[in-house]
Amino acid sequence: MEPAVLTGEHFLNGDVACAEGALAAGCRFFAGYPITPATEVAEHMSKRLPRVGGVFIQMEDEISAMAAILGASCAGVKSMTATSGPGFSLMMENLGLGIAMETPCVLVNVQRAGPSTGLPTLGAQGDMMQARWGSHGHYEIIALAPSSPQEIFYQTITAFNLSETYRIPVLIMADEIVGHLSERVIIPESSKIKLQSRPRPTGRKDRFKPFHPGPNGVAPMAHAGEGYMVHFTGLTHDERGYPAMTVEAQTEMMDRITGKIRRNLDKIIQVERYRLEDADVALVSYGISSRSSQAAVDEARERGIKAGLLRLLTVWPFPEDIVRELAKRVKGFITVELNLGQIHLEVQRCAEGRAPALLAGHVGGSAITPEEILERIKELVSQGK
Amino acid sequence: MNGSTSPKHPLDSLLRTDRIPHIWCPGCGIGTVFSSSLIAISSTGTDPMKTAVVSGIGCSGRGAGYVKLDSYHTTHGRAIPFATGMKLANPELTVVVFSGDGDLFAIGGNHFIHAARRNMDLTVICVNNLNYGMTGGQAAATTPHRAKTSTTPMGNPEGPFNLPLLAYACGATYIARWTMLHTRDLTQSITEALTHTGFSFIEVLAPCPTGFGRKNKLKNSDLLRIYQEKAIVKNGANPAETILDLEQGITLGKFVEFDRPTFADNYRAVNCD
Repeated sequence: MEPAVLTGEHFLNGDVACAEGALAAGCRFFAGYPITPATEVAEHMSKRLPRVGGVFIQMEDEISAMAAILGASCAGVKSMTATSGPGFSLMMENLGLGIAMETPCVLVNVQRAGPSTGLPTLGAQGDMMQARWGSHGHYEIIALAPSSPQEIFYQTITAFNLSETYRIPVLIMADEIVGHLSERVIIPESSKIKLQSRPRPTGRKDRFKPFHPGPNGVAPMAHAGEGYMVHFTGLTHDERGYPAMTVEAQTEMMDRITGKIRRNLDKIIQVERYRLEDADVALVSYGISSRSSQAAVDEARERGIKAGLLRLLTVWPFPEDIVRELAKRVKGFITVELNLGQIHLEVQRCAEGRAPALLAGHVGGSAITPEEILERIKELVSQGK
Repeated sequence: MNGSTSPKHPLDSLLRTDRIPHIWCPGCGIGTVFSSSLIAISSTGTDPMKTAVVSGIGCSGRGAGYVKLDSYHTTHGRAIPFATGMKLANPELTVVVFSGDGDLFAIGGNHFIHAARRNMDLTVICVNNLNYGMTGGQAAATTPHRAKTSTTPMGNPEGPFNLPLLAYACGATYIARWTMLHTRDLTQSITEALTHTGFSFIEVLAPCPTGFGRKNKLKNSDLLRIYQEKAIVKNGANPAETILDLEQGITLGKFVEFDRPTFADNYRAVNCD
């Protein structure tokens, strides 16, 4: 056996750092299907999992990969898959099953430019709305966006912790640039890594209701083989897990699966503020684009423009209140992302007309440059005069 | 019937009695296959607490909802990969996939062939009612050539899979076909499949009078008569020589049973030795 936590200083690409983060978080089952630019996550897991007592399986497609990680999680093992655009599309139906069955797992999307086969080897952030709404029906989701190999290591641990705490599939919305970028990654001692586990049942097995929520709105989870004789279904179900084809049951279930997220937003959402205290221009960005944004903030400041950056570590649920608050005091927003305006729609919505919101967008295929962002900042400033 | 005090059924301990009545139509054969499965589960001596049932979508897929075991009613066609994850995560579990022909062989066909190829240690019970029952009797990958369904109103231009042959070609290590009339043989086969290590597959023909029978002018008794009169029991038959033809004959029996390493065996051998 090898240690699961490779404490020390490493030089890793984002995909490998993601895999190491998963192992450090206790992930012991990975099902995947090769796809550029996420393949290295699977390759690394195939090498490492057997050495830490886990199981790796390459499935026949992304549909089955997503189904398999749900099955593994229902048997009590932390599980993950990793993919990119086309595979992400194929996983959407079973992502919904995971949401309905309230089954923890982590799904990594190393985004490439789309639509369709698109630019398989080049980065983009074009799946951000798909991350929010890609599976059918109304639901809440948690999605994180890493900007570096070091950050994807930590965010993968966070993703597992959130997934376990709220019994929900959690998305890591990385991109090809972060996935293939090699940088220094420091892996701490395992005792310094805080891990969360899903709530577990106590009390009489014959009276257990697998979907009866606990104090934070999340139901304790019993695993296959523990004697609780649970029933899980993608059909609308009551607290016993039994199908219930009524508006009342639908209302109750929807309140549970959306409420456990909506009522814990302050515990879930993480943002970073960079030079934002006195900013007139607020950049809103995430992932690789937030690094260009940070450089643009510094360049703008050198030119006497008070710019700042709101960096979204959690993209979904969207930090609505934080953007609404900012809208009251900044002169304008610029959303910076590798698409033609997705998270930008959220920024506009939450700005509520109080402050103009521009987009520094890019079709994908390369990172957006600080210069491109600076042009938009100047445009915003000149509009305000 | 006096309502509140109905007598206890011998299989009640394995049933979610609070979910009865079930949704299956009068004359449907799924219930018999379901009973045989429960009898087999209780007769193997395996711990019911360590037995999980996974279903896909469709009439047979509802089986998971009535069994008082850890049971998972998943998405259409995806019971086998879900079960694969479950079995690999906890090898102590006996994992049974109970689903229909449409679910397992049309939308889920890819997963079936790969799980068989891997010799994944699962027991797959396929209730074959020759059509999509739940959605109102459409053509399936098992519907006989020229049979009428609601999407082949003039007759099915396609031909069906021969499921035991498909399973054999893919590498399944236990293969049997019965009809729901052959309950003793069926129960025996399910018992063997549950204790067999490796990918076990049992096809069970069951009538769907509502979906398939009505459109083909076959009363329920007609389908049962065909299953009785056309049955040719040939244990050990080469799967390539088995037939399923409502006029020519229906080959039944246990066709294949042999051992080869499972996915988990090979995974250990490759990675850990």
